[in-house]
Amino acid sequence: MKQLAIRVLVLLTLIAGTLYVGWRWLFSVNWVNWWIAVPLVLAETYSLIDSYLFGLTMWRRKDRGEAPPPPEDATVDVLITTYNEPVEMVVATAEAAERIAHPHTTWILDDGDRPEMRSAAERLGVGYLTRGDEWENMPRHAKAGNLNSALFRTDGEFLLILDADQIPDPRILDHTLGWFRDPEVALVQTPQWFSNVTQSDPLGSQAPLFYGPIQQGKDGWNAAFFCGSNALLRRDALMQLGIVGYVREVERAVGDTLRASRRILNKAVARARRETPELVPSVSLVLDAVHVAQRRLDDGFPVSEVTYEFQRTVQDASRSVVSDDLAAIRADLADLQLMAGGDAGALPVDVDAELGLPVVDDAALEQLSTRELSPLAAVDSVRRLMTAVDVDRADEAQPMMPLATVSVTEDMATCMRLHANGWKSVYHHEVLAHGLAPEDLRTMLQQRLRWAQGTLQVLLRENPLTQRGLSIGQRLMYFATMWSYLSGFAAVVYLAAPVVYLCLGILPVKAYGLTFLAYFIPYVVLNQLLFAVIGYGVKTWRGHQYSLALFPLWIRACVTAAANVWFGRPLGFVVTPKTRQARQPFPWRLIWPQLTAMAVLLVACVVGGLRLWAGTTTSVIGTGVNWLWVAYDLLVLSVIIEAARFRVPEVPDEVEERA
Amino acid sequence: MTDWQTDVSDGVAVIVCPARVSMAVAASFREAIAAAAVQAPKVVVDLGPTTFIDSSGLGALVSGLKTCRQAGGDLRIAAAGEQVRTVLKLTNLDRILRPHDSVEDARRDW
Repeated sequence: MKQLAIRVLVLLTLIAGTLYVGWRWLFSVNWVNWWIAVPLVLAETYSLIDSYLFGLTMWRRKDRGEAPPPPEDATVDVLITTYNEPVEMVVATAEAAERIAHPHTTWILDDGDRPEMRSAAERLGVGYLTRGDEWENMPRHAKAGNLNSALFRTDGEFLLILDADQIPDPRILDHTLGWFRDPEVALVQTPQWFSNVTQSDPLGSQAPLFYGPIQQGKDGWNAAFFCGSNALLRRDALMQLGIVGYVREVERAVGDTLRASRRILNKAVARARRETPELVPSVSLVLDAVHVAQRRLDDGFPVSEVTYEFQRTVQDASRSVVSDDLAAIRADLADLQLMAGGDAGALPVDVDAELGLPVVDDAALEQLSTRELSPLAAVDSVRRLMTAVDVDRADEAQPMMPLATVSVTEDMATCMRLHANGWKSVYHHEVLAHGLAPEDLRTMLQQRLRWAQGTLQVLLRENPLTQRGLSIGQRLMYFATMWSYLSGFAAVVYLAAPVVYLCLGILPVKAYGLTFLAYFIPYVVLNQLLFAVIGYGVKTWRGHQYSLALFPLWIRACVTAAANVWFGRPLGFVVTPKTRQARQPFPWRLIWPQLTAMAVLLVACVVGGLRLWAGTTTSVIGTGVNWLWVAYDLLVLSVIIEAARFRVPEVPDEVEERA
Repeated sequence: MTDWQTDVSDGVAVIVCPARVSMAVAASFREAIAAAAVQAPKVVVDLGPTTFIDSSGLGALVSGLKTCRQAGGDLRIAAAGEQVRTVLKLTNLDRILRPHDSVEDARRDW
């Protein structure tokens, strides 16, 4: 019944919204003032698309209820990931994990490799894992790398992933494992709930709209998200991802490298012809080997055979390209030295510092292949290029990375790949673990920034709209979340438009008259009603406020993620601290854009009033609409001041209290 | 604990797999390949007796390939049955490793 009401409301909202935005585009854009009119109508269109995606999510909301009993003999590893959290916190989580009723093995995955953590694990009698030697000087991939490493050192059929602060309920496995009776289910996600959050939750830590209607809606489209913690995964599904990904990466990298090698060798042959003709045959031999390898790959020969043969040929050739002509030897030495400038760093195939993906530096590769290297240097660089991308993926600690490493939010990327490979996911709507939320504004902002950056990285690297293997519903469910992170740009327009009107009298809309209200009010009222029904009994207002109030952060996330994906710039990534940060004075520097916006809005209200009083403007409705608009903006933005002033009540340390 | 029978002859190590190569034995499988690669870096994995392999088993093969390549050798697989071939195809791993029909086949031209 409620679902029917929701569907009716969704339809009505979308009809009203489409009429309004349609009327805006067709009849009311004030093209004379296009510089504000066009951004405004675009922002409104953005919001309408957001409504469509939200409506679609709600359309199939799925309330699963209880899970069937766990599969017989299910073996489970409980993996607690930690990097630098206090040992006592991890110990409290591990103790709670030991109390989980269903048989399992508990592991602490300590990426900090701390002796005191190890001895605490021994004392508790739980497993303790750190990265092996193979990870030295390799991209570490943060949490995804930590889990990937542990995957190869444990053997349970299912994995429960817990962040260091997530205290599990003893029933967590008994209540969720049953969903895996369906052999196609790869993931069961439970909500994240925070025990250290006050009733008013000024930092907006709880996400009851997401861990509720939104996840249930995504679940209806078989697109429930993996959120990194409090989730169960099927090992076989992850390993399958690892292998599929390994094959894809190897094929791509080998293909790229062969193409580059061909250019390098062509140049080297040209130079050898002029300077050391006796070496032409040897270099040509390697060039032939490249041609043969490319042709055989195209013909579908297995990659390992092709690269093995190729490496053999190059090895033989590198012995024969040593000239006995002294001048040539000097040239070789100079070139080799240049190549070895910074050992592997001299290769145009570099490794992205944060994500560890092999990044082919096109400019450097271009430079390398336009230089006429001496035969020895050319053959040597081809050999090294090939080793870098060979079937053993020498640039990675493990040849397989089951958990996706394309993004700092490994969870979303992994989940999308699981779905693309035909696996199902489940959202189990029951709080079965209690964690710790950030306790100050700075930490909270860092966390939100990281989520936003990660989500946008996935959008830019693996756009769900074009991923193979996803259903249309799944594509849109992923896209909906990514789309919502673009809200910062719309927010700026929503803040600027009333200021422009009140201060300058410039209209982005042809008229703020009754026609405007007749189109606008039904849309807004229905939209609010829809939220009220969906969020009944759930506090959704905080989330709503933050989606506008954090506009500088969302914009920063977009800019940095794009710079990272397109230009290889670092994200400025930080691990979210789980512990309270030192006391700080009022954090002006963190929120000055919001404070400035609020001040400008207030001034605009006064100016607008004066203009009306002085008769510079005559539209009472126009001024009234914009006053209300500003009041709404201020109400929403005010959360940031509340958050900045927020101090956790001085109580004994949360962790010790629970331990 | 599964015993991994390894025979070394003519510079090639042959590992004979059990009926089930699954997550329960993946770790010992990886170790067996690593141990074989020390004796002879050219390793043939004989999947003749194997009726079931899962992704963890395939994962051990991939790790093994890395180990062997780093030791200057190579890894080949032989005598894969129907289930094994299906899984190889499903994961595209047959784009990397050719399933040779028999151990003799695998040892040819190496």
